[in-house]
Amino acid sequence: MSQIDQSKIRNFCIVAHIDHGKSTLADRIIEQTGLLTSREMQAQVLDNMDLERERGITIKAQAVRTVYKAKDGEEYIFNLIDTPGHVDFNYEVSRSLAACDGAILVVDAAQGIEAQTLANVYLALDHDLDVFPVINKIDLPSAEPQRVIEEIEDVIGIEAQDAPLISAKNGIGIDEVLEQIVQKIPAPKGDANAPLKALIFDCVYDSYKGVIVFCRIMEGSVKKGTEILMMATGAREEVVEVGYFGAGQFIPCEELSAGMVGYITASIKNVKDTAVGDTVTDAKNPCAEPLPGYKKVLSMVYCGIYPADGAKYPDLRDALEKLQLNDASLFYEPETSIALGFGFRCGFLGLLHLEIIQERLEREYNLDLVTTAPGVVYKVHKTNGECIELTNPSNLPDPSEIEFMEEPIVSGEIMVTSEYVGSIMELCQERRGRYLGMEYIEGTRALLKYELPLNEIIYDFFDALKSRSRGYASFDYDMKGYEQSKLVKLDILINKEEVDALSFIVHADSAYERGRKMCEKLKDEIPRHLFEIPIQAAIGGKVIARETVKAMRKDVLAKCYGGDITRKKKLLEKQKEGKKRMRQVGNVEIPQKAFMSVLKLDDRD
Amino acid sequence: MKKELMLYLHVPFCVRKCHYCDFLSAAHPMEKRSLYVKALQREIRERGKEYSGRIVTSVFFGGGTPSLLSPAQLLELMTAIRETFELSETAEITMECNPGTAEEGKLRGWREAGVNRLSIGLQSMKDEELKILGRIHDRETFLRTYEQARLAGFTNVNVDLMNALPGQTMQSWKETLEEVLALEPEHLSVYSLILEEGTEFFEWNGQGRFTGSLAIPSEEEDRAMYAYTGERLARAGYAQYEISNYAKAGRECQHNLGYWTRKDYLGLGLGAASLLGSVRASNETDLDRYLADPLAGRREEILSRKDQMEEFAFLGLRTIRGISRREFYSLYDENVDALWGEVIRRNVADGLLLDDGEFIRLTKRGLDLGNYVMAQFLLD
Repeated sequence: MSQIDQSKIRNFCIVAHIDHGKSTLADRIIEQTGLLTSREMQAQVLDNMDLERERGITIKAQAVRTVYKAKDGEEYIFNLIDTPGHVDFNYEVSRSLAACDGAILVVDAAQGIEAQTLANVYLALDHDLDVFPVINKIDLPSAEPQRVIEEIEDVIGIEAQDAPLISAKNGIGIDEVLEQIVQKIPAPKGDANAPLKALIFDCVYDSYKGVIVFCRIMEGSVKKGTEILMMATGAREEVVEVGYFGAGQFIPCEELSAGMVGYITASIKNVKDTAVGDTVTDAKNPCAEPLPGYKKVLSMVYCGIYPADGAKYPDLRDALEKLQLNDASLFYEPETSIALGFGFRCGFLGLLHLEIIQERLEREYNLDLVTTAPGVVYKVHKTNGECIELTNPSNLPDPSEIEFMEEPIVSGEIMVTSEYVGSIMELCQERRGRYLGMEYIEGTRALLKYELPLNEIIYDFFDALKSRSRGYASFDYDMKGYEQSKLVKLDILINKEEVDALSFIVHADSAYERGRKMCEKLKDEIPRHLFEIPIQAAIGGKVIARETVKAMRKDVLAKCYGGDITRKKKLLEKQKEGKKRMRQVGNVEIPQKAFMSVLKLDDRD
Repeated sequence: MKKELMLYLHVPFCVRKCHYCDFLSAAHPMEKRSLYVKALQREIRERGKEYSGRIVTSVFFGGGTPSLLSPAQLLELMTAIRETFELSETAEITMECNPGTAEEGKLRGWREAGVNRLSIGLQSMKDEELKILGRIHDRETFLRTYEQARLAGFTNVNVDLMNALPGQTMQSWKETLEEVLALEPEHLSVYSLILEEGTEFFEWNGQGRFTGSLAIPSEEEDRAMYAYTGERLARAGYAQYEISNYAKAGRECQHNLGYWTRKDYLGLGLGAASLLGSVRASNETDLDRYLADPLAGRREEILSRKDQMEEFAFLGLRTIRGISRREFYSLYDENVDALWGEVIRRNVADGLLLDDGEFIRLTKRGLDLGNYVMAQFLLD
């Protein structure tokens, strides 16, 4: 088993825009290579977290190994490495791509190429992968395979005339895909006798085995007993087990050698020791230098996460600890808010990552959370020459101590059909975008290039983009760097008391507008109390907007007959429960969702 | 002394359903009505066996429209009650009556069968308001029914009214109230409209139909009507004794007071609710199933000590008398203040509760915000 002919291995991934059918095609490949019977198939084998299935996206890269008997009569080993499709996980995508030798590009026969398709294809081409296209969903009434083939050739510049025309959903054309994998994806090359050099492209934590490292062996080999060294983190361990990926299970084997994709376990307790992108080598016979491309993952978006019930703080801490075991890109540290009590400041790769973590905390750990408005990392240059990285608006120094501030800027590409170019440009303008240029693709579609402040796109940019283009716009971005900017801290006062958890940093020019909308929003979110409640937005103590929640006048059931008592009690119980989900600030009770109000200020649509 | 028991009998028939009504009632055909009376008799006799040692102090025929019962049907039911239970000579026997469903002969028949209190569902003296509510009667019809009730010898009459209706103004409400006061009923119930889910009103409101000339009075107007009602009725000699109920001296409805003080009551008929010691029960709600077997399909819930104490508090707070510390202690062997001392202090400070050392009751503002206060009396 250990002596595998490299020419019979194909390591590849599938790249596509969300919803173009990547996971479904993966399922069909697994099914038709006969590893599993139809009965054993779960609807989507690669996505084994519930959450992923519901969102229709793949969160963490995973891999599966199958065996295919080709028309030439030979058996080939396919290692299909799944990649996350979202820009938040770009770095993880790039590491997964580096573990492959080729890629299948799936394009929807009706939708054609989208911004994310381009971003992923370019990423694949950057990694020198051989890419061949597949046209999916050809059975849709709106399918235009020939137009999409031409588009691929024009825009991406790869040969597409013999692209398989398939329907992954209905199993049409899959045989042709399998044959093209054999013919068009190159076999791995790599000296099995050289010192061990393996790329980590993912890892998961297992309570029995410790950290399970997913890797591609570039050179050399590894087996039980090998003492391995992680070159970036410096961690050293003795290998306990090696193996490959069955569908949904780990299958141990004797040895992994150059060209193979598999896993290593080594009683590693801390997921931080196994950074994605790091190189694994033999501690006793190390390779000369690590594989290129390793980056330390940085959090781009921060927010405060608090338990709705203060007593659940230890539970929240335990849950974050467990999630971090599997997700080294999740950052957290304890913080305290006057309004919300004890909680954590958490850092994420992006807004989607934030939402996923939030949902997992609520769903898998049954926690009721209060989340504050997400923000980015600002650089605050103080008059004394010191520069601090600000992740929590409450920690902004006094304006007199600030020389200037910088905010992160991204370069973004938006692909949109030409009729919506105007409204999308308007949106980018409103979000302080700097126009860089526009390219037309086959007459009807345009690729807009903008530089945008990250803090303008983490709120509701995606939603706004979709609603202003009737769902046709797609967006992709890359970090560009930091730029000086005129930023202020907007404070919210409820019943004259400043609520720290509602403060946020905003560009000076949009502060008034944001403050006004925020007050309006909070007026709707905060229920009537026994007394009148003023809601004010202020910058540095100066009030710029005000709303009032009127005092409660009526809250009584006129009628209560015998039979009504059970119902009446349920009503009172609901009222009492509702109160529990509120946060007491001074003598005002604020509902949890009010703390996220700032996210929903773009109500023009 | 024998243990007391109150009886509630549900009559789920209507000529047609009113647009705001979410009670268990419908326009069932005639044959169903007589089958129902038979089934109800059976339930009285069978279910009643368990309570034969009790003395019945109150009987209440509610609905629906109990006044659709003929005197003969009512007599059958009263006979079943008399043969099953010991009926107190001073028992309050109430019949709900809709204007236009009873003339003098029928009313006399009921009186002869034992009914001694009539509750007439007027709701409004304004024909246009009655129309929107979907009532089958108009002002004239009510006046005739009221007059015939007096002629038939009823000396204890309640009139049901509603305010905060679509299109109602303070002016139209005052006029309704004045006309009713001129008739000098012994008792008045005044309910402010609740839009109940599942009713036509709820749906119409969702569709935005209650705007302009049909606007539902705002919370502020609603409370102004409520405050006016209390003052005007007090001047006319009616004392408020519950959130929505007013009576001349000695004419408080014993049956409803029993609900608010958690006396034992046995509910008979479709969907009727009972409270018997620590058991709350409710009958089958499907008419055909009830007709097939009036004893089946009853659901029972055992009330915990906590449930009972909470109910005592929030039902007691509905009454103007309030919660008695002594009564609570004698029932539950526990002090009101040990459970709710902090809640009482806070609400007294907020001006929502009055505490005279023995009784705890809602203030004027507290009556407007009853749910807000009562919810705080639920225990953890």
